[in-house]
Amino acid sequence: MKKTHWFRLLAGLFGFALLASACGSDDPSSSSAAAACEPGQIDGDLALYNWAEYIDEEQLFAFADEHGISASIDSYDSNEAMQPIVSEGNSGFDVIVPSDYMVSVMIAAGSLMPLNYDAIPNSANLMSDMQNLYFDPDGAYSLPYQWGTTGIAVNTEAIGEDFPRTWGLIFDPAISGEFDGQIQLLNDPRETMGAALHYLGYSNNTTDMDELNEARDLVAATASRLAAFNTDSADEFLTSGETVIAHGYSGDMFVQALETENPAQYVYFVPEEGGTLWIDNFSIAHDAPHPCTAHTFINWMYSGEQGAALTNWNYYNTPNEAAVPFLDEDLLDFVNDPTVLAGGVDSLESLQDTGDFETNYSDAFVEAKG
Amino acid sequence: MSSAVEPRGWTKAMLHANGWMVYLFFYAPILLLVIFSFSASRNVGTWGGWTLDWYREFGDNQSARNALSDSLKVAVFSTVVSVVLGTMAALSLERFTFRGKQVFDALLYLPIIIPDVTMAVMMLLFFSQFFDVINMVFGLNMRKGFNSIVASHIAFSISFVSVVVRARLAGMDNKMEEAALDLYATRWKAFRHVTLPQISPGIAGGALLAMTLSLDDVVITQFVAGPGWTTLPVYVFGLIRKGVTPLINAISVVMLIASMTLVVLSLVLERARGGTGTQ
Amino acid sequence: MTMVDESVKDVGVEATPEFEAAAIRQESQRGFLLALPSYAYLVLFFVVPLVIVVVYSFATRNQFGGTDLSGWNIDSYAKLGEPIVRAILFRSVWLALITTVICLMIGYPFAYFLATRSQRIRNVMLVFVMIPFWTNFLVRNYAWRVILGNDGPFTKTTEFLGLGEHELLFSQTAVVLGLVYGFLPFMILPLYASIERIDTGLLEASRDLYANGWQSFRRVLLPLSTPGVIAGSILCFVPSLGAYVTPEILGGAKTTLLGSYIVTQFLTARNWPLGASLSFVLMAIMLSATLVYFRKGGQTL
Repeated sequence: MKKTHWFRLLAGLFGFALLASACGSDDPSSSSAAAACEPGQIDGDLALYNWAEYIDEEQLFAFADEHGISASIDSYDSNEAMQPIVSEGNSGFDVIVPSDYMVSVMIAAGSLMPLNYDAIPNSANLMSDMQNLYFDPDGAYSLPYQWGTTGIAVNTEAIGEDFPRTWGLIFDPAISGEFDGQIQLLNDPRETMGAALHYLGYSNNTTDMDELNEARDLVAATASRLAAFNTDSADEFLTSGETVIAHGYSGDMFVQALETENPAQYVYFVPEEGGTLWIDNFSIAHDAPHPCTAHTFINWMYSGEQGAALTNWNYYNTPNEAAVPFLDEDLLDFVNDPTVLAGGVDSLESLQDTGDFETNYSDAFVEAKG
Repeated sequence: MSSAVEPRGWTKAMLHANGWMVYLFFYAPILLLVIFSFSASRNVGTWGGWTLDWYREFGDNQSARNALSDSLKVAVFSTVVSVVLGTMAALSLERFTFRGKQVFDALLYLPIIIPDVTMAVMMLLFFSQFFDVINMVFGLNMRKGFNSIVASHIAFSISFVSVVVRARLAGMDNKMEEAALDLYATRWKAFRHVTLPQISPGIAGGALLAMTLSLDDVVITQFVAGPGWTTLPVYVFGLIRKGVTPLINAISVVMLIASMTLVVLSLVLERARGGTGTQ
Repeated sequence: MTMVDESVKDVGVEATPEFEAAAIRQESQRGFLLALPSYAYLVLFFVVPLVIVVVYSFATRNQFGGTDLSGWNIDSYAKLGEPIVRAILFRSVWLALITTVICLMIGYPFAYFLATRSQRIRNVMLVFVMIPFWTNFLVRNYAWRVILGNDGPFTKTTEFLGLGEHELLFSQTAVVLGLVYGFLPFMILPLYASIERIDTGLLEASRDLYANGWQSFRRVLLPLSTPGVIAGSILCFVPSLGAYVTPEILGGAKTTLLGSYIVTQFLTARNWPLGASLSFVLMAIMLSATLVYFRKGGQTL
């Protein structure tokens, strides 16, 4: 067994060496200091890591051309796929776009570089009610990118114009029993359990096991009445007739409706019991190779013009005050429609990371599905 | 096939029917895919009239084009290497006995049975450290990108190739090779002119499989890629998250044509060389 | 370049036990050297990363979803005993079995059909089998979603045939269909490779000896193609067990299967230790099953 024994020993040793260094670098690198950058300073090319179709690549390339560099954009489909790649280090990315709760997770893990606001003077354009966000109170590590809500969209041709603006539209057979098999919930533990929790009158960030179990049982009872649990195509199923009542994101629903012959047929709203407010943010990776370019990019995107270009392209909501005058009519109508927030602005609740309790949400979701 | 053995009547009809049904089964979604890539409706599933807009959009989209070429580069490279390594592995396991053979055999099955996401995570962790060590020892500045993607693809493809080649080799006696050796051929010549032609269907099958695996891989590639190295499946995966539009169909058709071109090219090259593979 | 093999020089030497032993050692060495490149490659780029993940399975999930490597424990393995995990496992194994059996039922005749075409056509037909799989597999799943959806070609066909409206989408049937579609080539390729090399003379001989088609199949063809059957079954069963995209897209994610469960642990729940332990246990089970399967099939290992 000599040769192979020797081999495995070597492999084991090597593995151990790697492991040892892995253990070593697990401590968050000495909290990175904010990069000393001047406004408009460029220190290399830009590597952007963003959600798919969240920014027009033409806009990105315009930035690159203007500053005489090249820019690359790579995409991810979930925060949880992006985070380990950035946290492990040497990802090569400069600017990333994490969601609210993920920002707090990444701050704790030391994966974000503090922002140097001297290099981002346009941050003054940030709307006042988007400041002092719970996940990053001083905005030390993040600056809002786009935001939106999660609620329900319905096909009024099927259910009529007069429907109760409540989560019961999904969860209560008495209200929507006739549409069994044409209802859809998001395939996301936090969002779907959150919807159930809101319907039951609880917070969607609860750490109370009893409340969570109640929500789980509600979702379990509803599961058989669903067409599907789905996140990516929630909007398409609605407009293709597969579903009549859809749980989904504001921007997605809005854009999809515009693609149809009769957009007014589809109505999006956040139920009166409350829904999710989500905010995606600009952040800089802790080991970004070109931090100054990153700052300049964020600053450039925060001008009124660029902010509007961004929002007019992806049709979500902008946190940029200066961008509002340049927004498309359709979008403004949608955003300013008072009936969208059935419970008012205060009914909105952002998702927060619940620390050690977090796994209970995904477990409950799995159990609810059966 | 001699008429004495050819299945007759009922059996023959069933066989043929099954054959063509399978082809229909395979191509049904592809037909849909191709047809709807020309549909003017944003919704795949509702026909909106003929248009080439989606192909134009793909042509204009630099990210998509880069993704396509990246995918092809990775696929070709990883297929070639994994076919060579996989065939060698198969040969060693089927033709020889040596110390540690059982361990090697078991080891070869691991990449097949490991869940994608697990391999993705472990390769991420591995490469983060690996490049640190390499850069330290050799003073280089390597980072994740083409090399880590290809290395990962090879890692899982070797096993698949070897399984297919082994299925071909298994039970195949080596009388012909021994005869060649008796006739004073060197081992290499015996391999090249006797064994290789016999196992080439297995090798071809393995190569096709390896290429398919590489072109399809999403999760692993996602986790070990670097900036500027998004492959097409990863790109499409992200696009789908935002909504399934005929653009995705158009991209898939383009990828299909690109892969077909590659295969046709390699077949042509093989024939030009005198075709060691064709019987 | 010499045509003459060096060892032939010894042809006049007596075949003493020492000579035999030396020849065997030489063979063994050759075998080892042949295996070495892939062996070394896999050790570096597979075993070492795997060791890291195994280590993670003994770690703990910290409150931010990161992994705390200090303080080893087997908590994540303990979790595997819970009823929810067993239910998922059972469901997934069952689904994978059905898929594999169907693939075999369809794939074997097809591989035979392919292997018995004329030389020239064979290769082309094989390539045509693989071509659909050079589109993105996600996209293929979405195409099936359109086909099986309401107002899709499938419903329209059943209506046309007078069988009534039959939307298959989001049902278990749709999932099995999708899985069979995805893994049929993995069954066909090894089967083809294996059947193709069978000497038709043997089948002829059995005919000559008055065996009918079924007997020839059962006693000659099948045993000779067993390596292909085994290889194909493994290449089909294993990925089916870990599949998560098809159940999500075609099944509406209404039941959780093993693949989705593992992905959920690594991504949504950010519980890497549990994801690692699940994967590790799955792999251990699969490896032992492969071992058993092989022993029964009389293959090596």
